[in-house]
Amino acid sequence: MRSVTAFVSGFIFSLGLAIGGMLEPARVVGFLDFFGTWDPTLAFVMIGALAVNTVAYRLTIRRMRPLFAERFALPERTSLDPKLLVGSALFGIGWSLSGYCPGPALTNLVTGTSVALLFAGAMAVGALLGQWPRERVRGP
Amino acid sequence: MAEFSVVHGLVGGVLVGFAAALLFLGKGRIAGLSGIFGGIVHRRDVKWRLVFLFGLAAGGLAARMFMPAAFGAPVETSTPVILLAGLLVGYGTTVGNGCTSGHGVCGISRFSVRSLVATGTFIATGALTLVVLRAVGGGV
Repeated sequence: MRSVTAFVSGFIFSLGLAIGGMLEPARVVGFLDFFGTWDPTLAFVMIGALAVNTVAYRLTIRRMRPLFAERFALPERTSLDPKLLVGSALFGIGWSLSGYCPGPALTNLVTGTSVALLFAGAMAVGALLGQWPRERVRGP
Repeated sequence: MAEFSVVHGLVGGVLVGFAAALLFLGKGRIAGLSGIFGGIVHRRDVKWRLVFLFGLAAGGLAARMFMPAAFGAPVETSTPVILLAGLLVGYGTTVGNGCTSGHGVCGISRFSVRSLVATGTFIATGALTLVVLRAVGGGV
């Protein structure tokens, strides 16, 4: 049951992306095209997701612990630091240029196209570089 | 690309929300794809993340089989732009500690101010990027 949970979650997640049109870069970029031909689909995906998860979160967090893990792994930071703003700003640019954010980009790997592979590879390099603004936890 | 459908968006979103709810209830983990991917890149708690991504891929394969039209054409096929976009997405989501699923769905579900600000920021720069691209001429 424990290992199945993450698998099932991933499975339903990508199906949700597919049905919701989030694997169509043009549609995703269309959502960001506020001053052009606006495609509101992404907004409806967000509404559907938030409708479910807002309620689910409230109910789940009443528990002492998750079903198949020791503790809830929640983010601890609360401040609006420069990293949050700069990181988000840069992400938004990359997202708009390609129509891909991490979820759709990784799901897209099943198509085996060069675009999918190149993007995922670059994303990995970017993620590695992203550790540099952080304090080093371990030595070299 | 079909015309936008409110129903598809909502259904897709509900599935994404359900997937996130399941992962949190079951494993106490946030269904933030940039964090799941980044954790593998930085070799932190790799196992459950890999299992999730296998599920994501399985769902992707199922979508490819039963609704291949879900995979839309890339908006950008120039290699330098794809690489740049991937770098920005990987770097930005790592530094900003989240993406559309992590901040947009999971964070906002918790009424996290950080996530609200992050989401607003990446949507804003995404929209701005399009405006600039159009102004420069051609656009995506």
